[in-house]
Amino acid sequence: MSDLALDRAAAVPSVAQERVETPFRRFVAEFAESKLALLGLGVFVVIALTAIFAPWLAPQNPYDLGQLDIMDGRMEPGTVGGAGFTFWLGTDDQGRDMLSGIMYGLRISLSVGAGSALIACFIGASLGLLAAYAGGRTDSLIMRLVDLQLSFPAILAALMILAFLGKGILNVVIALVLVEWAYYARTVRGTALVERRREYIEAAHCLALPTRRILFRHLLPNCMPPLIVVATMQVARAIALEATLSFLGLGVPITEPSLGLLIANGYEYMLSGKYWISFYPGIALLITIVSINLVGDQLRDVLNPRLRK
Amino acid sequence: MSSATLDRPQPQAAPDAAPPMVELRGVSRRFEKKLDFAGKLARRLGAPVREEVVHAVDGVDLAIRRGEVVGLVGESGCGKSTLGRMVAGILPPTAGTILRDGRDVATLPPAEAREIKLRTQMIFQDPYASLNPRMRVADIVGEAPLVHGIVARSEFDAYVDEQLRRAGLDPAFKRRYPHQFSGGQRQRIGIARALAVKPDFLVCDEAVAALDVSIQAQILNLFMALRRELDLTYLFISHDLGVVEHLSDRVVIMYLGRVLEEAPAEEVFRRPNHPYTQSLLASVPRIEARKRAFSVVQGEIPSPLNPPSGCHFHPRCPHAMERCKAERPRLREIAPGHRSACHLNDAAAGTA
Amino acid sequence: MNGTAPPTLEVRNLRTHFFTRAGVVKAVDDVSFSVPRGKVLGLVGESGSGKSVTGFSVMGLVDPPGRVVSGEILFQGRDLTKLSEEEMRDLRGNRIAMIFQDPMMTLNPVLRIDTQMIETVLAHARVSREEARQRARDALGMVGIPSPEERLQSYPHQFSGGMRQRVAIAIALLHRPELIIADEPTTALDVTIQGQILAEVQKLSATTGTALIWITHDLSVVAGLADEIAVMYAGRIVEHGTVAEVLDRPLHPYTVGLIGSVPSRNRRGEPLRQIPGMTPSLLNLPPGCPFRARCPRAAEDCREEPPMREVVPGRDVRCFRPHLEAAEEATA
Repeated sequence: MSDLALDRAAAVPSVAQERVETPFRRFVAEFAESKLALLGLGVFVVIALTAIFAPWLAPQNPYDLGQLDIMDGRMEPGTVGGAGFTFWLGTDDQGRDMLSGIMYGLRISLSVGAGSALIACFIGASLGLLAAYAGGRTDSLIMRLVDLQLSFPAILAALMILAFLGKGILNVVIALVLVEWAYYARTVRGTALVERRREYIEAAHCLALPTRRILFRHLLPNCMPPLIVVATMQVARAIALEATLSFLGLGVPITEPSLGLLIANGYEYMLSGKYWISFYPGIALLITIVSINLVGDQLRDVLNPRLRK
Repeated sequence: MSSATLDRPQPQAAPDAAPPMVELRGVSRRFEKKLDFAGKLARRLGAPVREEVVHAVDGVDLAIRRGEVVGLVGESGCGKSTLGRMVAGILPPTAGTILRDGRDVATLPPAEAREIKLRTQMIFQDPYASLNPRMRVADIVGEAPLVHGIVARSEFDAYVDEQLRRAGLDPAFKRRYPHQFSGGQRQRIGIARALAVKPDFLVCDEAVAALDVSIQAQILNLFMALRRELDLTYLFISHDLGVVEHLSDRVVIMYLGRVLEEAPAEEVFRRPNHPYTQSLLASVPRIEARKRAFSVVQGEIPSPLNPPSGCHFHPRCPHAMERCKAERPRLREIAPGHRSACHLNDAAAGTA
Repeated sequence: MNGTAPPTLEVRNLRTHFFTRAGVVKAVDDVSFSVPRGKVLGLVGESGSGKSVTGFSVMGLVDPPGRVVSGEILFQGRDLTKLSEEEMRDLRGNRIAMIFQDPMMTLNPVLRIDTQMIETVLAHARVSREEARQRARDALGMVGIPSPEERLQSYPHQFSGGMRQRVAIAIALLHRPELIIADEPTTALDVTIQGQILAEVQKLSATTGTALIWITHDLSVVAGLADEIAVMYAGRIVEHGTVAEVLDRPLHPYTVGLIGSVPSRNRRGEPLRQIPGMTPSLLNLPPGCPFRARCPRAAEDCREEPPMREVVPGRDVRCFRPHLEAAEEATA
């Protein structure tokens, strides 16, 4: 069978006379094979752009209490409010335009999710790399910490940390980082343990390259694929977790609502027919998470070395 | 190369006085698998678990002289790759000393140790795993010379081109990544990478085993041409006796971590002394052979975890005696330059 | 060979192509050969030559995007390309068996050897369990496994690589197949173990009358084992003849180069006679002789595909300029 694989391998690449085929280009081509993943990516880009440019796109600044009119409270989607523009998605009980609220809420949700994922990724990947490379006691210590961390349900751990630290965006980010770093550490350690035994690392030792260089220029780049997959999935997870925490009232402050808090605000009106206050932020959250996961799924398929030929 | 000759004023005039380029004295390498907590607990409770120790290399003495090609032959589990890695300085021995130009490499100050390490380079078996897939060819080849200050950044491109050309590659492809090359070309990249730090000694670990026959011939020819051109010394590790016979001046046969026989290449192939060498040679399929009965060595290669007592080969040896089970035969000279570790030689010497 | 009984296997103009994203890969392109009863054919080629795909095509094991595009595969006169998947499955493992480079392709890691072997027997034969066990035991004994009764109760991971390959061969032998296709079965094994297996296989093919196709990259292995050799290059058989003819008087420049590359065919320490360049990509291979870019004898007319033709009685070569002088020299 291996020869069959070789037969194909010999047949497929080795052309590429015209242009240099970088690993990145190949990755892009393979990623683009799934239309669903492209759709997910497209949707996510739109969502991200909306969040970034919310202050210019949104009809109203929902955080500016001066712009809110309590008389516009709980308006149905499509009604024209006192300020003269249409509330396409209705308003909440304080007269906040839901569309603007969602745009600004996305800003908070996305930045908290992405920020915590990035920080956790940095910390986790460094620790994982260290564990794999140093081995012995360092490895045991780090991995027992990881085990300990992973044995707690994430939501419980986050609740406990927030109960201790108190509310606030920064505290939410800290809590999410503390909950998530272990996933990255475990992923990187696993990959690094495999990669460091490969011959190109031995060659780097043989060439007497400094340890730091071997770690960060040889080992780490080759541990990136699974790390990227985990990071993508963890962004979605972090957004969901933040929404949950905010919904439970332990997350972001009430003056700057994220999607989770918006949902919580409308929760009590769900049964009284004013569905839109919770419903539309919920839809926004759903679409965000699904689009990220679509991208993550395809990333996993493309980057998984075991599915590679 | 020139610096090496400057260090020792008259290397050619008094070859016997000069120490060997590389010398191993009683070098061993153990791999231990310590029991974890659960294992220790299980053993307390009487489970038959124990700490596993593999003597991958077991008390090897070996000298490699400047300019020589030494072939190291053995089957899987014989420790030839482990030995190669110790010689190349990327795996420390657990016992014994390795001398380079007569100096113990373990006691050198860091700067000198690095310089010595660079002078020994390794060519690996797997052309797919031995190149970093995320680096361009130019960086793979040029990284180490740049880091060690062998080449200035301004001369980087010209230097890399020179290395690639010497290994038989078109420098026009240096912006490419390893996956765009065939197995043979990748092996050439690996050779260019090794030569870029100006070594005088190459350890080739099954360097052509993964290649097709016609490509294998190209790479072997390259090794031979480089030897002449750069005055290189080789430790050529292979399971392929045909390749070793063609290339080597001297051949070392290993079995389960020990050297069983060592002699000039022609001597080994014409007058193999050790029963293992004899049966190994008899097992090799030869292109000259026609429909013939393959001669067969009995039994399997024992696990290195649990090697046989005495002479490791005795369970498969047609001449095994009681003594072979109890006593490890010493490697001793049976003819000038020909050493073998077999009790039969004592018996022959005794009767003669 | 004198044509009274039909050969066990006859392949005519087989083409197996892979329809990949990047284009059509003609892995096997117009391959014809036959194997008589009790004979061994060595199918020799480098990686990418299509030797394994040829074997898989005969077994009906080519997976998409590949398929047999045209040609006939006559097994005892029946065209295998026309059989249904069910009929094919009935033949496979029963009258045609395959041995792979990795014995774990045949063995199931979680089942005991006896379970696997008895199941295999019962899949194609109406015998009692006890009889099936007896057959399994006999097959293990036949491939030189000591104390087969004990070994039957082991799991594959308890065997060494060489022993595993023996078990895989024993499984292939269970139904006394008329044809065995062996795809590099000793490549991953140590020399002494390879010698043992080659000796067993040689004994078997002599005693059972099974036709054997031995696929390998190693000319030295088939030199001692095969009756005939077919040399493949870029999806085609470029030369076909008896072992002595092909190895002692090769006619095709590729065969000449391949034999010249073997170290033992060269003076010790001298440069090996090498073939320049590398195997061409089979993807969108230009027309003409695929070897011409590496061939020392190539000329203008090699831009056309040379047909397989009998240049000397009994010698088929796919070349316009075969090394005839060597053959004449030998006969003179």
